[in-house]
Amino acid sequence: MQVQAPVIAINNLTKTYEGGAGQVVALANVSLQIGAGEFISLIGPSGCGKSTLMRLIGDLTQPSAGSIAVKGKTPTCARRDRDYGIVFQAPVLYDWRTVQRNVELPLEIMGQPRSERARRSAEMLKLVGLSEFEQAYPRQLSGGMQQRVAIARALVFAPSILLMDEPFGALDELTRERMQGELLEIWARTNATVIFVTHSIPEAVFLSDRVVVMSPRPGRIEAIIPIDLPRPRDTLTREDPHFFALATEVRERLRHS
Amino acid sequence: MSDDLILLGHDVPAASRRVRPLLRESRTFAVITLVVVIVVLWESAKLLFHLPDRKLPHIGSILLEFGTRTQGGSGPYWGVLMLNNAAATLGEALTGFVLGGVLGCLLAVVFTASPLLERGLLPYVVGSQLVPILAIAPMVVIGMGHLGAPDWLSKAIIAAYLTFFPVTIGMLRGLRSAPPDSLPLMHSYAASSSQIFWKLRLPASLPYLFTALKIAATASIIGSIIGELPVGAARGIGVVVVNAAQYYNSRPQNLWAAVLVASLLGLCFYGAVVLAERLIVGPQAQT
Repeated sequence: MQVQAPVIAINNLTKTYEGGAGQVVALANVSLQIGAGEFISLIGPSGCGKSTLMRLIGDLTQPSAGSIAVKGKTPTCARRDRDYGIVFQAPVLYDWRTVQRNVELPLEIMGQPRSERARRSAEMLKLVGLSEFEQAYPRQLSGGMQQRVAIARALVFAPSILLMDEPFGALDELTRERMQGELLEIWARTNATVIFVTHSIPEAVFLSDRVVVMSPRPGRIEAIIPIDLPRPRDTLTREDPHFFALATEVRERLRHS
Repeated sequence: MSDDLILLGHDVPAASRRVRPLLRESRTFAVITLVVVIVVLWESAKLLFHLPDRKLPHIGSILLEFGTRTQGGSGPYWGVLMLNNAAATLGEALTGFVLGGVLGCLLAVVFTASPLLERGLLPYVVGSQLVPILAIAPMVVIGMGHLGAPDWLSKAIIAAYLTFFPVTIGMLRGLRSAPPDSLPLMHSYAASSSQIFWKLRLPASLPYLFTALKIAATASIIGSIIGELPVGAARGIGVVVVNAAQYYNSRPQNLWAAVLVASLLGLCFYGAVVLAERLIVGPQAQT
């Protein structure tokens, strides 16, 4: 493997909340290095701080102690430089905008001219297979289609880091697997680094270069499991004995956590 | 910023477009049925309980009143006179609606920006609505008269007084109705607060704003009418109502006709707001 400076360097990160029953430690002394173009999954039971870790990287919440460097900058600088594309569990589309204008939203905020916005959004919608639905409104689409729009919106300004917080959590199993395949295809065409929060073991194994297993109370990293399945991965990957071996390994680490 | 509000879209899914005419037909049918039912109930109640005209005039005589001339046959038709006065009331109400609407929106925006101001001022906003409007109306009319303001302006101010409250409350709720995670999303684009306002908070608030405006539309008509009640008012459907009430024993159908005009006025205003909502909020408007 090439030796290079990590895109994201996390050092001794701690996050505590003031809860009703005193202090809650969401994350304790988490350190992690993420390389450029890497696909990382954060997996663990509820309360292990995986979403918190993602939000800390994305500058949506502030750490209590420790540091994060994103491309050598603070997360706040990275956010201002528009390094992050974020996809949440809910699609968070704006009901009053068409699919096209939802995808154009980030470009609009960044002050891109109309023609450029139209060109980029058309390109993105083609990438997620929703070209015919440009003029539809979000509530006319299925859950899976809405989440595809959200992915298109996150990628439309070509951010270098994609943060995904259980994006397929609300979808049925079949849609979910199809979306995972599509996500890998899209990721292969961008050079984005992906941080993917999930609590599905097969999902984490299928998608990732490395799976970060986390454990709760306090939230910490239990294990980091490299996934050496060859790419491109497809349906056959899911039937590969090595896929099962890796899934079992992740499961065991989760059980011990 | 502006295209956000205009382009809210007119696209109706094909399926609902097909359903529309049918729906419209059944709605017209329902309205006609309702009118017929009311007429039948009205007239049969009059017949069954031997109600004199003083208590319940014939619907026919109420409608005929519009075609009767005033001043014992030499003046203009009652229908024309009432419509003229209704137009004056509508003008006042519309002015008050706009003034109150703008004030309500401004207050809501200020309160959203500053929780401190909200905590300090909101009790007074609520309190303003607890003072009987009948007590305030003469004060405003006389006070404005002393200041030399035109007659219609004092009525518009009373209408605005009743209008700004529902708009403040509705808009306040609306500006806080952005869906969960939509704010973090805007932050992730490093959006400025004004972009968050114009592209997220304001469009998200529109359904709430229009609900408030529907209440405000009818309230503004009531406000203008109340403003017309104090002695000395010259024009307005409120003046017609007061006069008709004085002659109620001899001419009951006149008051009923005036009340009918006043209600239709309110209905038209309400309908106009609903129409505006359909045009502006578009497919998001479901109620």
